[in-house]
Amino acid sequence: MSDGRAMALEAGRAVGRREARQDLRRVLRELFRNRAALIGLLILLTVAASAIFAPAIVPQDPIAQEITLRLKPPGWSGPGSRTYLLGTDHLGRDILSRIIFGARISLIIGLSAVAVAGTLGTLIGLVAGYRGGRVDDLCMRVTDTMLAMPFILLALAVIAVLGPSLRNIIFVLGITSWVSYARIVRAEVLTLRTREFVAAAKALGGGGGRIVFRHLLPNVLTPVIVIATLEVARMIILESALSFLGLGVQPPTPTWGGMLADGRAYLSTAWWLATFPGLSIMLTVLGINLLGDWLRDVLDPRLQF
Amino acid sequence: MIRYLARRFWQSLLVLFGISIIIFIILHLTGDPAVLLMPPDATKEDIDNFRKIMGFNDPLFFRWPPWQYLNPPWRFVTDTQYGHFFTGVLRGNFGMSFRHQQPALGLVLERMPATLELTLAAMAIAVCVAIPVGILSAVRRNSVIDHAGMVLALLGQSMPVYWLGIMFILLFAVRLNLLPAFGAEGWQHLILPAVTLGAFSMARIARLTRSGMLEVLGQEFVRTARAKGVSEIRVVLKHGLKNAAIPIITVIGLDLGTLLGGAVITETIFAWPGVGRLAVQAISYRDYPVVQAAVFTLASIFIIINFLVDILYAYVDPRVAYK
Repeated sequence: MSDGRAMALEAGRAVGRREARQDLRRVLRELFRNRAALIGLLILLTVAASAIFAPAIVPQDPIAQEITLRLKPPGWSGPGSRTYLLGTDHLGRDILSRIIFGARISLIIGLSAVAVAGTLGTLIGLVAGYRGGRVDDLCMRVTDTMLAMPFILLALAVIAVLGPSLRNIIFVLGITSWVSYARIVRAEVLTLRTREFVAAAKALGGGGGRIVFRHLLPNVLTPVIVIATLEVARMIILESALSFLGLGVQPPTPTWGGMLADGRAYLSTAWWLATFPGLSIMLTVLGINLLGDWLRDVLDPRLQF
Repeated sequence: MIRYLARRFWQSLLVLFGISIIIFIILHLTGDPAVLLMPPDATKEDIDNFRKIMGFNDPLFFRWPPWQYLNPPWRFVTDTQYGHFFTGVLRGNFGMSFRHQQPALGLVLERMPATLELTLAAMAIAVCVAIPVGILSAVRRNSVIDHAGMVLALLGQSMPVYWLGIMFILLFAVRLNLLPAFGAEGWQHLILPAVTLGAFSMARIARLTRSGMLEVLGQEFVRTARAKGVSEIRVVLKHGLKNAAIPIITVIGLDLGTLLGGAVITETIFAWPGVGRLAVQAISYRDYPVVQAAVFTLASIFIIINFLVDILYAYVDPRVAYK
């Protein structure tokens, strides 16, 4: 490589870096201007911090049972004790501590399932859109099939067969929800495919793999990021639904859905059992939705869902 | 138009075929369905016998080598486990429920009216609330109505269905004693489950209506209509809503399917005697014929709904049929 070319390349990279920095600054400025998105971000940071530092910040052991202290009402109400801020459950476990630990399962499953589904869906969409023809037809019929499936039932049935472990739940959620990525990526690729830069890459002798991964993939990442953000929320809700129906991560590991299911039996006597885990799910999902809606508006306003 | 519908019909059949493969595979995911279906204390002989009776020793999809199984010529694919399953499905035979000792499909169809009733009620409530709210929010943009409506919609989209259901029970059945929480006699029993099930769609349709209306109402032909002196109500409904309708119809169609599937949870909470509750119980009893029949039936209804939506779609926007 000649010196001149190396210098030009280096200069180009520097410009690229500067642009990336400016983009980041622009996005951050937008974020601070948009109050809803900022609230979403704050909620998410709180949840993430609770999940990461759970062992250090919980006031009580989330699994330790203290049967004499069962069904204690939340600490702020008259007869409640300050030690149990959100009360205790039917086995005398501290609800606040269980909620903090529950954030771990929700986030791990939400993020991993989205990683699985996003990778799978993006690959399928890229191949379907780029190859077209029979391959595309096949992929589209498979996506139609997945869309027609009653999702919860399918997930329940598969987990009932495989057993409710963390790995299986991530696998099932991922494998059943790649469709939205595949459809968007395919649609994007169909329009990108006819653009000059793809033709140029082909003319320069770029192979299929190179064109798909070096030229198409970076251009479809924006919608994928937007969908992935919003899908984390859906995955968290689905995970909690599985736990609620008894096929999530098994006790004694605290999960928000599992706590809700326990609380159902005590609705008339101890409302706090079912209320607080539900509020945590709602707040987390709300945070993700606020941030995701904003990301979509900033990055890709054409997307509609 | 006919060609378009014929193609959609053919695609629907392919999808049903794909679904039959998936529900067949679920049972074979662990590799040995006999162990899965027999009680844990069954002896090895019992399991071997059961495997023989159920035909679990047959090949799954193909007889190998095919040329030895050509009498009749398609025997190498039909005389397999999937072949038997598929020909059964074509005749509406999913096998006997292990638990109820009745044909599985019959059990599912018996419960279907309850599920359809719940789903349609949920969608009706969702549409009747969401579209007026969406229109009002768009017409009175940035007013109190707009902000309140959209905050509620955002909350509605963030709430897990079953938690909403539980909170409804807590409030309306336990505290206020206004509405019954369980069972299915009379319209009072329908309200809580239907609102619970419809909440998510309600939120989504309201937001979609608002954004669609905002887009349409900003366009030239709307200004022209206003300039011509068309009344405001006519402008909003005739010029606005009709043109914003396409994405709304799509989402209603898609959501009807989602609601059918989502009814699983709502039915479990409210003890609603529908297909979803039957299927959840069947899953916990390992009653797989019922699970398979339920999944297949719900998916079929989803496909039929979408087929109807496609027809409606082609009617509202004739360009669709020519793509």
